[in-house]
Amino acid sequence: MTAVAERTPTFDCRVDFADELARLARADERIVAVCNDSVGSSNLVKFREEFPDRLINVGIAEQDLVGVAAGLANAGFVPFVSAAAPFLTARALEQIKADVAYSDRHVVLCGQSPGMAYGELGPTHHSIEDLSWMRAVAGMQIVVPADPLETRSAVRWAVECGRPSYIRIPRFKVPAVTPEDTPFETGRATRLVDGGDVTLIAIGTMVSRALDAATLLREQGLSARVVNMTFVEPLDVAEVLAAAHDTRAIVTVEEGLLSGGLGAAVARVVAEHRPVPVRMLGVPTFAPTGSTSFLLDHFGLNAAGIAAAAREALGRV
Amino acid sequence: MTTLEIASPPLQLDEDAAAVYVEQSARLRALSPAQAAPELAKISTRIRRDVLTTIQAAQMGHVGGDLSVTDLLVTAMWGTLQLDPYAPDNPLRDRFVLSKGHCAAALYSTLASCGFFPQERLTEFMAPLSPLNGHPNRVKVPGVETNTGPLGHGFPVATGCALGAQLRGEAWRTIVVLGDGEMQEGSNWEAAMTAAHYGLANLTAVVDRNRLQQGARTEDTKSLEPLDAKWASFGWEVRVIDGHDHAAIKQAFAPSSTGRPVAVVANTIKGKGVSFMEDRVEWHHKVPTDEQVRLALEELSR
Repeated sequence: MTAVAERTPTFDCRVDFADELARLARADERIVAVCNDSVGSSNLVKFREEFPDRLINVGIAEQDLVGVAAGLANAGFVPFVSAAAPFLTARALEQIKADVAYSDRHVVLCGQSPGMAYGELGPTHHSIEDLSWMRAVAGMQIVVPADPLETRSAVRWAVECGRPSYIRIPRFKVPAVTPEDTPFETGRATRLVDGGDVTLIAIGTMVSRALDAATLLREQGLSARVVNMTFVEPLDVAEVLAAAHDTRAIVTVEEGLLSGGLGAAVARVVAEHRPVPVRMLGVPTFAPTGSTSFLLDHFGLNAAGIAAAAREALGRV
Repeated sequence: MTTLEIASPPLQLDEDAAAVYVEQSARLRALSPAQAAPELAKISTRIRRDVLTTIQAAQMGHVGGDLSVTDLLVTAMWGTLQLDPYAPDNPLRDRFVLSKGHCAAALYSTLASCGFFPQERLTEFMAPLSPLNGHPNRVKVPGVETNTGPLGHGFPVATGCALGAQLRGEAWRTIVVLGDGEMQEGSNWEAAMTAAHYGLANLTAVVDRNRLQQGARTEDTKSLEPLDAKWASFGWEVRVIDGHDHAAIKQAFAPSSTGRPVAVVANTIKGKGVSFMEDRVEWHHKVPTDEQVRLALEELSR
């Protein structure tokens, strides 16, 4: 990557997730954490030390994990289910559908180490499908924080939102991208950089890379708008339509499968209401062996790849 | 006609039925199992009749399992638990979860008998836009704790309820009723381990052991025996009973005496109460003809 990226401090958002959760739990006795032997990987060891009774570990049993959380919600708690994203969303998908979403239970599903965060461990441990699967669950709110500040905001929001939600918490280290006083509201995107030629719509780990891509494009004489979409559901439709109106093309960027994720959500709005060229960047298939950084570069999920997609979308390859 | 015009109104409290339920169920709870049994049996017969007419009206349903589970439902809701039809979300209510959600007709008939909604609404079972879906929906049906239908879901949720009561230090109890075929779902054994690990003495799991699943006998499909030993080995207090003996059921639904969760293996007969349906695999979800309903109601009025 660029020299700039190397100098920028980066953060593991699990730290902010756990710290904010503990902070809220001190004042709100409804908050409990529910894990599947994922206490360490969720960075919840301190939470367990402070609230030993309120850290429920059901062992390696994801169906039970989500069912028990729905029961705790029935009993008046606000359960934060914290588990590795691939196992939470795939193994417990029917529980997420029936016990949480269809039963309209206020359960906060926290997908840890999503995308290709587990790098060399391979596609069994990658969670590139989670956004597609969660989008297929009616009523599920899907939040993808991009940095520590958004992670903390998402946790606070989830306590109050009152409905089923999924928070995808980055493990792959990201720089801070969110200005201090940015509001955090259901279904609201943040325009980080304005521009008139092309709009880069990104989520999570890809937001900082979209910002770097905008810098590259500016050097090449193209003005790129950068939107941090944050909520994949409900999508900020107005921001997507503004992009389609104000700029000539849209590039979506996600650390996730191309079938059914952010790109599909954006493309649906654009296709139905205001067709403009859209290029979707993401993960097309099961990844080969490699570190997270390697795999992101391999699939063109970096500043150069995003900038190239933007030029292509504008017909200026 | 727009969908709004044919939508059924929401289900609401039946005040008269609720008043009877609150008074009578308090009395039945306080009686000994032997004393309560005759009245519980009477209510069960009424529920069986409602199940038959409900399925007749819908021309759909799972009559065999409805009839095997009826005595368990009635003894749980009328003779054991303290439910609150006036405030279905009362935080201190006991929780009843029907994990075998395909037996919705029996659940709805029993909930209506408790006054959660008027009995005449049962005629809407599975009608277009009715709140009485083929499987229970907590958002639409007061008294339903969680949406079930896919098997292996109710037990983990009930485990979470019981864990919640334990965490809060509250005295309310949770009873979950499972089908025996349903015990082939791995999620149930995950929950069995969790409940035992957390010492959920406030949780009772009941298996409606009618020995038939949709396609064949359980033991010919994937055998469950020795079922009592399986529960015991998972750390549960096990009570094996005749699931049609109301005194035995009420006795078995008494709280744990060991500090461990209680598993009740209730030996039942699928289609119980209607001779030509009893223990026959085809009555899993076969719909009786009008003549068969007439004969069945006649048997149930003896």
